[in-house]
Amino acid sequence: MSLEFDRKIHAALTNRKQQLAIFSATGKMKEGREAATAASVLPDYQELRTQANALKKHTIDHLDFYLEEFERNVEAAGGKVIWAKDATEVADFVLSLARERDARLIVKSKSMTSEEVDLNERLEHHGLEAVETDLGEYIIQLAGERPFHIVGPALHKDRYDVADIFEKRLGIGRETVIENQAAIARARLRQKFLAADIGMSGANFLVADSGAVVIVENEGNARLATTAPRIHVTVAGIEKVIPRAQDLAVFLKLLARSATGQAFSVYTSFLNGPRRPGEIDGPEEFYVVLLDNGRTRLLPDRGKRQSLYCIRCGACLNTCPVYRRIGGHSYPWVYAGPIGAILTPQFLGTAHEPALPFASSLCGACAEVCPVKIDIPRILLELRSEVRKSEAREKRGALRTRAEKLAFRAFAWMATHPRVYALAAPIGVALMPGWLRERFGLSEPPARTFRQLWSRR
Amino acid sequence: MSGRVSLFVTCIVDQLFPEIGLSMAAVLERLGYKVDFPERQTCCGQPAFNNGYWAEARAVARYFLDTFEGCETIVAPSGSCTAMVVNHFAELFRKEPATLARVEALRRRVWEFSAFLTECAGVEDVGARFPGVVTFHDGCHALRELGIRGGPRRLLAHVRGLELRELEPAGECCGFGGTFAIKFDELSRDMAAAKVDAIVRTGADAVVSLDPSCLMQIRGALARAGAPVRALHLAEVLASA
Repeated sequence: MSLEFDRKIHAALTNRKQQLAIFSATGKMKEGREAATAASVLPDYQELRTQANALKKHTIDHLDFYLEEFERNVEAAGGKVIWAKDATEVADFVLSLARERDARLIVKSKSMTSEEVDLNERLEHHGLEAVETDLGEYIIQLAGERPFHIVGPALHKDRYDVADIFEKRLGIGRETVIENQAAIARARLRQKFLAADIGMSGANFLVADSGAVVIVENEGNARLATTAPRIHVTVAGIEKVIPRAQDLAVFLKLLARSATGQAFSVYTSFLNGPRRPGEIDGPEEFYVVLLDNGRTRLLPDRGKRQSLYCIRCGACLNTCPVYRRIGGHSYPWVYAGPIGAILTPQFLGTAHEPALPFASSLCGACAEVCPVKIDIPRILLELRSEVRKSEAREKRGALRTRAEKLAFRAFAWMATHPRVYALAAPIGVALMPGWLRERFGLSEPPARTFRQLWSRR
Repeated sequence: MSGRVSLFVTCIVDQLFPEIGLSMAAVLERLGYKVDFPERQTCCGQPAFNNGYWAEARAVARYFLDTFEGCETIVAPSGSCTAMVVNHFAELFRKEPATLARVEALRRRVWEFSAFLTECAGVEDVGARFPGVVTFHDGCHALRELGIRGGPRRLLAHVRGLELRELEPAGECCGFGGTFAIKFDELSRDMAAAKVDAIVRTGADAVVSLDPSCLMQIRGALARAGAPVRALHLAEVLASA
């Protein structure tokens, strides 16, 4: 385990204020999900999950086909598709577009994909102003932090934290009433929407058969960001494509319910190309950047490829006893929680933080709530095996890792030689150090093993 | 009731909690089963599997197959070890069709103790008496990998003198997770402490589980919290009369 990971976990576990904030926010979403998916409310919930899984499986298995269909339909609607390999290619496209159109100000709606490629930092580095317009994202952008949670990026901040941030960054008087804080953000952001040259968004779904970008949100900022400025750029992972608009009947029924417990989010926007002649609003230019950024690396493995089914609802975070304790900022990359624990090693390689797939008790609560049935514990197990394989290949690892490997070899040898096992295991138990006994309430080792007692019956 | 049952007591019970194995045997014999203990048995290989050492896990799993293949019915006092055999052996041998066929033939005959009683033997009242208030901790693998939920509760409900109170929240992990408990000690202890709080809130005299490993984790945390609650395996409760 890297020192940094260890240190962050310890810091989170000893931060009582943050623990309470996480427990209360994720607890509300968790209870919401349970109520909204109860058999009495949504009798076909399990069937919907099965269908969602089957639709995702089909799409990811035929990703090339549906992405090309999506591209054709976006272009038929007057938009343009850009294929981006990585963060640099996304930034290069946005920067050159901004230069050509003499754009200075960009308004953004919430997008994990843009966090993945550090887009704000890259744009600001080149003198552009990029403003997050989702309230939570706005708060953490002002605070200079990363999203803490896929759905609730600022759930670790209470109203007093927000008052501090606004006071310091906006140069206003201290305001601790939540409604007033929202009004302040709203007034500031309204000016940005009106002045922005480019609006950027992510996507919840890309519909292949119509070329539509579908965005669900609660605040209306995504609708404004994608329609008020004269240029709209969507940045979406290639796995967001779905075959047909009618498939949304399955996904939209699951997404908000799994995320917050809402039957439906407040706004569901279908963005289909630029403004057409005769239309009174909408952007003049419409671009969709399809981002790989490591996703195609997951495709060859039939088992692990299901990691790409994720619809970013955050249900696994809300139910995870590990995430609920260590919080979003302990994880080594932008994706936190169980889904982060399987995406990060696959996107960035297991060496990025080899301990990450091991930071789980494999309790399976995540798989139980996943609306698209990603078998997260199983993928964690596969990733653990990959970590060991790469350690062996590269002869890498600290002394401790090598000692562990030897210990497991000895274990396997013992467990396949019953006489050795019968003699050696009790010695191991007798030599158990005191701290380990204390840890597991084992005051004294038993005088006899089961097999000894059984043979005396 | 008749029939032969072979015990897979698991390495934890063999080495640390022999009384759980004896209780399980006693309950099965009381129901009329002929119980044997294949002496070659050791472990299911889960520690190696969960730590990513699949070659080592495979060796132990293969040894398990050799040991138990000849047995008609195998019963284990652990949801987690049962899930290893029933669900994960197949993953270990997915590229070895011949071994996979052996796994398929064996996995249907391996039962977690409570599931054997309620689903195979069709028994819910084993004639036990255990005066006191008891709460039940669902082990994650029994609950979510084997789908065991109602069975152990029905078995407890039939125990004379026993009052069952549900944990709130139910179904949450105790934080054991094998070497997770050692590698992420502080985090694991925090999870155990929350579990103990939930147990204490029920006012129960004892917490009952299907898994010795959960019991270890919970016993340690109960002792640290100074909570006067016993942590018992279901077999121990069902064996008392």
